[in-house]
Amino acid sequence: MEMKFPMKKFIFYKRRTANFVMLSLSLLAALITIVPLVFIFYYTISKGISNLNIDFFTKLPTPVGETGGGMVNAIVGTIILIAIGGGIGIPVGIMSGTYLSEFGKNKFGILVRFFTDVLSGIPSIVVGVVAYTLVVIPMKHFSALAGGIALAILMIPTITRTTEEMIKLVPQSYREAGLALGIPKWKITVMIVLKTAWKGIATGILLGLSRAAGETAPLLFTSLGNRFWSTDIFQPIASLTVYIYQYSTAPFKDWNDQAWTAALALILLISVLSLVFRIITRSKYKA
Amino acid sequence: MVVNEQVNITTEKTKSPHIAGSSLKISVKELSVFFGKTKVLSDININIFERKVLAIIGPSGCGKSTFLRSLNRMNEEVGGNFTGKIIFDDEDIMKLDPVYLRRRIGMVFQKPNPFPTMSIANNVVAGLRMNGFRDKKKLKEIVETSLRQAALWDEVKDILHESGANISGGQQQRLCIARTIAMQPEVILMDEPASALDPISTAKIEELIFELKKKYTIIIVTHNMQQASRVSDYTAFFYMGKLIEMDKTIKIFTDPELKQTEDYISGRFG
Repeated sequence: MEMKFPMKKFIFYKRRTANFVMLSLSLLAALITIVPLVFIFYYTISKGISNLNIDFFTKLPTPVGETGGGMVNAIVGTIILIAIGGGIGIPVGIMSGTYLSEFGKNKFGILVRFFTDVLSGIPSIVVGVVAYTLVVIPMKHFSALAGGIALAILMIPTITRTTEEMIKLVPQSYREAGLALGIPKWKITVMIVLKTAWKGIATGILLGLSRAAGETAPLLFTSLGNRFWSTDIFQPIASLTVYIYQYSTAPFKDWNDQAWTAALALILLISVLSLVFRIITRSKYKA
Repeated sequence: MVVNEQVNITTEKTKSPHIAGSSLKISVKELSVFFGKTKVLSDININIFERKVLAIIGPSGCGKSTFLRSLNRMNEEVGGNFTGKIIFDDEDIMKLDPVYLRRRIGMVFQKPNPFPTMSIANNVVAGLRMNGFRDKKKLKEIVETSLRQAALWDEVKDILHESGANISGGQQQRLCIARTIAMQPEVILMDEPASALDPISTAKIEELIFELKKKYTIIIVTHNMQQASRVSDYTAFFYMGKLIEMDKTIKIFTDPELKQTEDYISGRFG
């Protein structure tokens, strides 16, 4: 068959070369994105694994100069802080996200959306200062509660916006089906819409929790830190991140090593948290 | 309610046919529907009879679906409002709670929309469960009877606990009909229920409509002339937001009064 528009051969070569160059660049960029994570894992594991033993998870920190000891208080402290933050942040985030997507097509909704976006861009240390002013100063002392509140403030925008976006993805036809069955609107929202969007919302919650678990700055002047065993939410509490900060900047070799172990423990904690959360929120049917 | 008096009063205006031996279920008077400033329907007068099938035909955008959605007050969910009156069993629907109204007037949509997060069984009784009905034994019975009525029982009886989204499109649509029947409504609105389905599934839905009209009043919107002529007792032709002609189906399809209707039915426009 005769070609209607005879093409010059070099065009094909040009295209093939361009294709090869761009593909190589994309591949390189993809590699660059995984490099930092590989390094993080490599360093935390290689430097932290030697101190990772039963003592680390069961004993309290030792005074300077004494070797051994663990960070059980900080592990429990971080869990308590995440629990307080999540306990406040998750319900507020889900409910405000639901409000925004289902009822927020008004000026108030636009205002809330704008404020959430700004809030998510506020540096975490500023949130810490605010929590210090609002909670620590009136209570006259540092506390786990203040730290939890600071973490909740950091979580709320993530959870709110993910919830809103996920709910928006739920097809209108499910809501209509609910309405046509004579189901009250609030039940449609909770039992059909939220349930359908739940998987995406759970991802948002997990993102919020993980981010909060890794925060240090807002905890420095809210939950402060504690070298002793404490589970009292009205008292200062230890946390892994604050320990990492203090131990890695201290002039003692064994403290520096323990900081690496604390970092490894934090990564493990977040991984376990994600896993447990995924199992709990797993639904029987895919949406 | 005896039909004669009611119909005689309105026949002049509505062009509604008189259907012997059936009483009036819904009476639509001077209905106009607006979305914002756009008038979508104007001055519709229709009488709907109990346990009969009314087919609504007309080109896209003529207001068929809007009319259907006025009857169970679904338009107001998307910002529509109307003037005129819709009388359902002697009561003005605007005086009824919309949630209560929709339990009595069920609806089946164009695209099958079973709830994907629920099992087939729970889809059938979704409306009942979410209205607080929790008697497990009764619910199980209702699942079976509703699925049987929707001619789906034999196909799904072994997979009742699988997701409602895992069955074929035609089965999903019959599941949606079963879900509607489970509420034991008096009227079932069907918005092009077979237009997303293959011919075999369509035939099944049509057979089903034949069975269902023994118990329920059915209003079906359809693009398919043959379907309208096969399943309905009387037919209304809508065009540009107006009711052009309404009569017994056999009359509309063999000897319509107006040329416009004849042109549409014979495929000369629309």
